[in-house]
Amino acid sequence: MSKVHVTTSINGDPTEFLCEPDSTLLDVLRDELGLTGSKEGCGTGDCGACTVTINGRVVCSCLVLGAEAEGAEIGTIEGMAEGDKLHPLQQKFIEHAALQCGICTPGILVAAKSLLEHNPDPTEEEARYWLAGNLCRCTGYDKIIRAVLATAADMREAS
Amino acid sequence: MALDSKSEYDVRTFKVVGTRVQRPDGVDKVTGKARFGADITAPGMLTGLILRSPHAHARIRSIDTSAAEALPGVHAVVTSADFTPIDDDDFTDDILANCMARDKALYDGHAVAAVAASSGHIAKAALKLIKVDYEVLPHVTDVDKAIEPGAPVLHEGRSDETVPEGASPNIISRCEFGHGDVEAGLAKADRVVERSFKTEATHQGYIEPHACLAQMSTDGTADLWCCTQGHYMVRNTCAAIFRMEQGQLRVTASEIGGGFGGKTTVFLEPVALMLARKSGRPVKMVMSRSEVLRATGPTSSSSVDVRIGMTKDGKITGAFAELRYQGGAYPGSPVEMGAMSAFAAYDLEHVKTVGWDIVCNRPKQAAYRAPGAPMAAFAVESAIDELAKGFGLDPIEVRLKNAAREGTKSSYGVTYPAIGLEATLRTARDHPHWKAPLGPNQGRGVACGFWFNFGGDTCVSLNITPDGTVTVSEGNPDIGGSRASMSMMAAEELGIPYEKVRTIVADTGSLGQNEVTDGSRVTFAVGLATIKAARAAKAEMCKRAAMTWGIDPEAVEWRDGAAHATGHNAGEHPPMTLAEIAAIASNTGGPIAGHCEANPEGAGVSFATHMVDTEVDPDTGATKILRYTVFQDAGKAVHPDYVEGQFQGGATQGIGWALNEEYIYGEDGTLQNPGFLDYRVPVASDLPMIDTVILEIPNPGHPYGVRGVGETSIVPPLAAVANAVSEAADVRMTQIPMSPPRLLSAILAK
Repeated sequence: MSKVHVTTSINGDPTEFLCEPDSTLLDVLRDELGLTGSKEGCGTGDCGACTVTINGRVVCSCLVLGAEAEGAEIGTIEGMAEGDKLHPLQQKFIEHAALQCGICTPGILVAAKSLLEHNPDPTEEEARYWLAGNLCRCTGYDKIIRAVLATAADMREAS
Repeated sequence: MALDSKSEYDVRTFKVVGTRVQRPDGVDKVTGKARFGADITAPGMLTGLILRSPHAHARIRSIDTSAAEALPGVHAVVTSADFTPIDDDDFTDDILANCMARDKALYDGHAVAAVAASSGHIAKAALKLIKVDYEVLPHVTDVDKAIEPGAPVLHEGRSDETVPEGASPNIISRCEFGHGDVEAGLAKADRVVERSFKTEATHQGYIEPHACLAQMSTDGTADLWCCTQGHYMVRNTCAAIFRMEQGQLRVTASEIGGGFGGKTTVFLEPVALMLARKSGRPVKMVMSRSEVLRATGPTSSSSVDVRIGMTKDGKITGAFAELRYQGGAYPGSPVEMGAMSAFAAYDLEHVKTVGWDIVCNRPKQAAYRAPGAPMAAFAVESAIDELAKGFGLDPIEVRLKNAAREGTKSSYGVTYPAIGLEATLRTARDHPHWKAPLGPNQGRGVACGFWFNFGGDTCVSLNITPDGTVTVSEGNPDIGGSRASMSMMAAEELGIPYEKVRTIVADTGSLGQNEVTDGSRVTFAVGLATIKAARAAKAEMCKRAAMTWGIDPEAVEWRDGAAHATGHNAGEHPPMTLAEIAAIASNTGGPIAGHCEANPEGAGVSFATHMVDTEVDPDTGATKILRYTVFQDAGKAVHPDYVEGQFQGGATQGIGWALNEEYIYGEDGTLQNPGFLDYRVPVASDLPMIDTVILEIPNPGHPYGVRGVGETSIVPPLAAVANAVSEAADVRMTQIPMSPPRLLSAILAK
């Protein structure tokens, strides 16, 4: 099985890699590129710990082949902060104690950022349904939802 | 703790403890930098994978690994033949046999062989080349069927002396607790409720699968990196399995992506070490989700009979429970803790519980948050609810009438010091939630819960750096913010800002023995050790200041982060701050540190009352959680955000257990739902906000009054949700999960 050559963009960085035809994008990110912020919780698209964006669209990177990144723009948790400046969601998650163990946090942040890009003023119910594909076993989601809604309010005020 | 034990607690005003500071690992965790079990690599690393039994119960006639070994890229193959059984320690030997099956595979998913190869693709191909000759045996997965005459037998000769002659060999042990004369007590009741309850097995469901990286050198030393709730436990267990000296194996705990009890034992680590030894290369192993569900420990399924008698004014006159828990394929279900905790919330004259530990063809159970208690509370709290409602009494008032309090002799023997159960019940009764109106098909449930809490071996080393910052080294993986809590307690005690303290989780080479992160012990026991380590450092700093000033150390006291000369003849000296003392430490005797090694006993039992509103759809049997409030005693909430988080997380796991989560086995004994699609844990859209009320009844066994809070929160929800659903659907639910099909058939059978 010969490897596939892929040219892509990850968090704005031009990137090339070789991958097996059956390697997932998640495997490539973690094992080939050392971007271990995306986590594998299930490998079947049920937990959302591997959430990334492809051309702005939220996907489970465990359900995407590495080869599908060709020509695309990939966004991962590693690209969420701008330099040493945390994204407002990242800051608010820390302030609201919206994480306990933190394994689901990268996926939830990537998904929540996409939510606020699509809907700057989500209701609690809209936030809960948008994040229903991201499992958190520690928090009961309460502080996560509060952090997302509080960030949305702050960002609306700032804009 | 007994009433006459020495109190550690001093009333004080807090500056740092009780505030909501930002956790030290927060930035790493929101940016993806935090390194979890699977996030590390080593040069020359191989990938290890495990071959698992497809049968629930099968004799392994032979294993042929020759074709796998011959595959290019394969560097080691391991079976049970590579390990030596541990004849003098059944507990560790069962763990080893669970890591790698011997003559029999005892459950679907039991490991039978492992390979290490230069890539995951090659390792996968190698697994397919291993030929296992199985003789499939009859199996049993139900706890009640496992003890019927003629049931398939897993082990011969494992029943202990507590098991009656002639009983099923699948019964491992029997335990009994209580006092008084239950039959005489029940005879005084106006009504006796007798009910049988069943709960299904649920998995801890941590989002991070088990992972480790093992290296073993030819000189006999070894290193392990793994996600675990206790790397000292990993070291001790693996050292016993490999007949190594414990000091030769260094284990470093990664960040841990959830555990809830499920990472208090080993599954992969001995196998990875053996693959590393045989291959001479570092070996990394990461489980898939289906491996986690099939082969790591869920909690027990249970079958519980209760008889409770009550007078018409709500006094419990007698109480009995018989509990049968299956612990999977090996001894060790948490039935004893179920039997001890079942009636622990009540002040009873006549009470008895009997517990049976039973094996069947399921994965070896592992601890799950308050192991054994939620199932017992489900049965007891459901029966009490039925009695109260049958007499037209307020279920909270009935519980208050019978509640355990200071001086109560508990059903498991301990006499309680100051406890918070009544406070949680009164607060619940007076909360707006209790009086809020309900609509059609809606019901409200309440239930109480108890957990023992625990101390255990603990080491903390606190070092003062030359520039006056403080580092705390502790040996317990931080599973939900404990580094923040330790830094807060150190800062409080030293009188310095929280930001001046940094706490790390040290590897096994850096501290003495530490019990695993379990039993809700860390904030209590490691916190106590942190405070005592800080006190030792303060004493030393006072001594250094005294030396500088040329006065007696007794004439120096520590307050507000500085040494003050306060004795009668101390003279006038400006206070020396921690930083000033640290700066000249080299000239006053060398570096300054404090440490504490302890096995603290005053953990302080914990109680909670939960209240939940549900709405049942009578056409589908689907249940919606409308409102949920947790009332729990924290002793002293060190970081209120993370105390609330424990309350909310435990309640949510309990909701999942009550409504959806269950291990479903097919006729062939294989697990039918080994994935998050079908093993359905609560998602964000299933839930409302989980409201919390923190009560603070100080624990006399801790300097700041702290009690553990992590486990109690999963004890009441099974019963609270069942009581609410039973009211909403107008049918008493005695089996969980109350999944839509199960609830619908109960509604239709009314």
